[in-house]
Amino acid sequence: MNNQLKVSLPGLELKNPIIPASGCFGFGAEYAKYFDLSCLGSIMIKATTLEPRFGNATPRVAETPSGMLNAIGLQNPGLDVVMSEKLPALEKYDLPIIANVAGSCEEDYVAVCAKIGDAPNVKAIELNISCPNVKHGGIAFGTDPDVAYELTKAVMKVTKVPIYVKLSPNVTNIVPIAQAIDAGGADGLTMINTLLGMRIDLKTRKPILANQTGGLSGPAIKPIAIRLIHQVSQITDLPIIGMGGIYTADDVLEMFMAGASAVAVGTANFTDPYICPKLIEALPQRMEELGIESLEQLRKEVRENRR
Amino acid sequence: MKQEMMTIISQIKIAPKIFELILKGKLVKEMKTPGQFLHIKVPQADLLLRRPISLASIDQKKETCTVIYRVEGVGTESLSLLKKNDFLDVMGPLGNGFDTAFVKPNDRVFIIGGGIGVPPLYQLSKELKQRQAKVVHLLGFAKKEVIFYEEEFRALGETYYSTDDGSYGILGHAGNLLVKARKVGEPSAVYACGSNGLLKMVEQNFSTHPHAYLSLEARMACGMGACYACVCHLQKDETGTKSKKICDEGPVFPTGEVIL
Ligand SMILES: Cc1cc2nc3c(=O)[nH]c(=O)nc-3n(C[C@H](O)[C@H](O)[C@H](O)COP(=O)(O)OP(=O)(O)OC[C@H]3O[C@@H](n4cnc5c(N)ncnc54)[C@H](O)[C@@H]3O)c2cc1C
Ligand SMILES: Cc1cc2nc3c(=O)[nH]c(=O)nc-3n(C[C@H](O)[C@H](O)[C@H](O)COP(=O)(O)O)c2cc1C
Ligand code: FES
Repeated sequence: MNNQLKVSLPGLELKNPIIPASGCFGFGAEYAKYFDLSCLGSIMIKATTLEPRFGNATPRVAETPSGMLNAIGLQNPGLDVVMSEKLPALEKYDLPIIANVAGSCEEDYVAVCAKIGDAPNVKAIELNISCPNVKHGGIAFGTDPDVAYELTKAVMKVTKVPIYVKLSPNVTNIVPIAQAIDAGGADGLTMINTLLGMRIDLKTRKPILANQTGGLSGPAIKPIAIRLIHQVSQITDLPIIGMGGIYTADDVLEMFMAGASAVAVGTANFTDPYICPKLIEALPQRMEELGIESLEQLRKEVRENRR
Repeated sequence: MKQEMMTIISQIKIAPKIFELILKGKLVKEMKTPGQFLHIKVPQADLLLRRPISLASIDQKKETCTVIYRVEGVGTESLSLLKKNDFLDVMGPLGNGFDTAFVKPNDRVFIIGGGIGVPPLYQLSKELKQRQAKVVHLLGFAKKEVIFYEEEFRALGETYYSTDDGSYGILGHAGNLLVKARKVGEPSAVYACGSNGLLKMVEQNFSTHPHAYLSLEARMACGMGACYACVCHLQKDETGTKSKKICDEGPVFPTGEVIL
C-alpha cells in the first residue's frame, strides 16, 4: 500500500479517511465481530456524558425514503465506564479514537473534556453541540454563536487533545456559528449532525417515534451536508470531518471536493456492517479513474481553489 | 461468517398476506438456536434499514432455512415479490434465542403463540420434540383463514387454537387456552411469542416460573447491539438507568426480567 489514502489532521494521523460516525458504531466491540477494526482510519465513539444516560423511550428509530430518523437520546454508560472499560477495550487496535462528548450544561462538557483525553488512545474530542434529541444541552449549544463560542473556549482551556466541534444543520445560517467556534479556538469541525424530522404512523395517527421528532440521516441528507461543508470551508481554515449520507467511494470523494479532510460514515453501517472496509478498499481504484493522486493532494487542490 | 447473499429456494403464499420463504446458503451452518432472527436487506435501494425476521425452521442437511412473514409495509411487500433463484442479502443469525438445554424427556412444555409471533415457535417445537418433551401448543390467531402450519404443529404435539372471531378453535385469545391447559397440568417450561398483550398475559401467569421465556419485538437499526435503538427497561432497576438491548441481549428474555 502506498500513502494515497493517508490524511493528517490536528491530533490525527489517519492511514485512511474512513471513520465510523458517532452513535452508529457503539464503542466498536460489536463491529469487531465482523471485521478487524485496525483497518479503519479512526472511530468516533458513542456520545459520552458525565453520568450514565438511559436515553429516550422507544420506538427510537423510523425509516424514511433513503434515510432514517433516530431519537436515541444519547444513551451511554457514562464517563467512568467509558474510561475504565470501553476505551481500554479498543487499545488492542492500531487506532486513534475520537471521543464524542455531550452534556447538559457547560460544567458537564468541561468535566468530560478534562478527563477523557487521559485515555492513551483518545487522540481527539468531537464536541457534540448538535444532538437534536435531548431536552437539555445538545443542540442548544450549537444554534447560538455566543453560547458556542463560550463553550468552545471553556473546553479548550481544559483539554489535552485537539477539539473538533460538531455542527448542527438545524440553523438558518451556519456561518456565524462556525466563525464563533473558530474564534473560540477549536482545532477542527465535524459536520453534519442529523436534521430534525418527523414521521407519522397512519394506523395510530401519531408520530412513530416516542420522542415525536428525531434526527434525519442517510443519503437523503447528503446534498445538504455537501452544501454546508462547502459553505463553511470557504470561511474558515479549520479542517472539516464531513459526514451525512456516505454510502459509496464517490460520496467520500464528493465530500473531499466540498472541503472535507476526512469523513465519517453513520447510517450506512446499519445497511451493510462491512461498509467501512469496503469503502477503504474501493477508494484507490475510484481515485485512479478520476485522476486523483492522493487525498492530501486533493485536499490541497480544493483549498487552493477556494473563492 | 455473518452475512451472505443467500439463494431463494422457494417463496409461497401460505395464507392471506403471509409468505413462507426458503433460503439456501453457508450461513445456515451458523443457525443453531430457535428464536434467533435474520436481519434481511429487502431488495429496494431506498430502504436502508434491514428487517428482523425470525428463523422458523432450520435444515442443516439441506443447508436451508425458512422464514415466515406477513406483509406489513413497503419492505415486506418488496420481499414478497422475490422469486426462486433470486438472491437475498441476509445478516445473522442474530440474538440469543430460546434456552432448551434444561428440558428433560416427558417434561410438559407450553408453547404460546399469537399471529405472526408463531413462526419462531415451529423450530423451537421441533427441538423440544427431539428432547422428547410433551409439547402443548396454544396458538391464537385473528381468524381461521390466517392460520398457517397447522398440520406441522399438530405433528409435534397437542395443538389448540383460539381465534378473535371464533371462526376456529375457541373464541378469544390464547389466554383462554392457557387457563384450560393449566387445569390439565402445570408446565415445567413456557415459551411465548406474539403481541405485547399476549406477552403480558404470559408474564402475569408465570412471573416467577424458573423456565418461562418471552420473545420480544422492537424497531431496530444495527440489529447487533451497537446503536441502542431497541432497548427495554428492567423490572428490578429503581434508578431507571439500566436497560437491555432486544437485538443482542434478547430477543428472548425470561419472565420477571424486562418491562413489557
Ligand atoms: C426479533 C424480531 C423477529 C421478528 N420476526 C418476524 C417474523 O418471523 N415474521 C414476521 O412477519 N415479522 C417478524 N417481525 C416483525 C417484522 O420485523 C416487521 O413486520 C417488519 O420489519 C415490517 O417491515 P415493513 O417494511 O413491511 O414495514 P414498514 O412499516 O414499512 O417498516 C418500516 C420500518 O419499521 C420497522 N418495523 C415495522 N414494524 C415492525 C415490527 N413489528 N417489529 C420490528 N420492526 C418493525 C421495519 O423493520 C422498518 O425498519 C419480527 C421483528 C423482530 C424485532
Ligand atoms: C442511530 C444514530 C445515533 C447517533 N448518535 C450520535 C451521537 O451519539 N453523537 C453524535 O454526535 N452524533 C450521533 N449521530 C449522528 C451521526 O454521527 C451523523 O452525524 C449523522 O448520522 C449523519 O451521518 P450519516 O448520514 O452517515 O448517518 C447518530 C446518528 C444515528 C443514525
Ligand atoms: S438494533 Fe442497534 S442496538 Fe439493537
